[in-house]
Amino acid sequence: MARIIVVTSGKGGVGKTTTSASISTGIAKRGHKTVVIDFDVGLRNLDLIMNCERRVVYDFVNVIQGEATLNQALIRDKRVDTLYILPTSQTREKEALTKEGVEKVINELSETFDYIICDSPAGIEHGAMMALYYADEAVVVTNPEVSSVRDSDRILGILQSKSRRAETGQEPVKEHLLLTRYNPERVDRGEMLSVADVEEILAIPLLGVIPESQIVLNSSNQGLPVILEMESDAGQAYDDAVARLLGEEREQRFMTSQKKGFFSRMFKGG
Amino acid sequence: MSILDYFRGKKSGTANVAKERLQIIVAHERGQRDQPDYLPQLQQELLAVIRKYVQISDDMVQVEVDRNDSCSVLELNVTLPER
Repeated sequence: MARIIVVTSGKGGVGKTTTSASISTGIAKRGHKTVVIDFDVGLRNLDLIMNCERRVVYDFVNVIQGEATLNQALIRDKRVDTLYILPTSQTREKEALTKEGVEKVINELSETFDYIICDSPAGIEHGAMMALYYADEAVVVTNPEVSSVRDSDRILGILQSKSRRAETGQEPVKEHLLLTRYNPERVDRGEMLSVADVEEILAIPLLGVIPESQIVLNSSNQGLPVILEMESDAGQAYDDAVARLLGEEREQRFMTSQKKGFFSRMFKGG
Repeated sequence: MSILDYFRGKKSGTANVAKERLQIIVAHERGQRDQPDYLPQLQQELLAVIRKYVQISDDMVQVEVDRNDSCSVLELNVTLPER
């Protein structure tokens, strides 16, 4: 049985695809057979972030509609050999993802994979509902910003009432908070919600904090998951988050600003 | 932020405003989350029936469901206009 993890947020642009790419790569790097599925029908982007956009032949919707087999549609990652990508369709309608079709594909993947990561589209429409429906766990990606926190709370409500686990009265979906684009200096200045603030409002366990970093744009430019940039703080933060997701205890990092000395304050403008 | 505030380490940011606003709106929306889906429509239909007899505005009918362990209570509150 595979562990099915949805990466979701409600709000767009908070880092779902970046997170899906890094989490799936991180899990696979530890030797677990992992597949990451793009649920954003019509706005395919996971392939770009994973650098396999030119290798897409068949997609998720083709498999659901019986036009291709899973093996034809799955793309094997060139960097980590236990990682596979299932791209979405760029041309079909969102409704092409039927509950039965998605279930069929997930069941088939469950037979051979250890982890299934579902990269959700933004919003709470059909695609987002399909991405979270079969989940055992949810990584709720949130920015320290009012609209993102509110939307995350909305998604948590949906996970608790509309997921398969909720509908069939099973144990609830396990929720994890991943705070991204965090800027400790701005938090210190009282300009940004702190980790503690967001934890208090959403009241779910913290998986990790990803600091705002230039490396994220640099890696998406090249189609390289951030987690592979292990010298960077964001890469290490994702590595910590993956380790925690797999049950390892790791102390939280990147939550406080590096205290600067008097001279660097003077010369770098604080 | 004045120089004095800087030395006192006082925070003059807007994050605490954000937190307060979020706490209020999230609490409000969580309260509605547990309400059954049919409630808004029920409210509209009740409003239409009452309007056959008395002119009232939208906010004069309040419908709420209170859930206890053993039973649920549908609470209907209609404010009639003064004559």
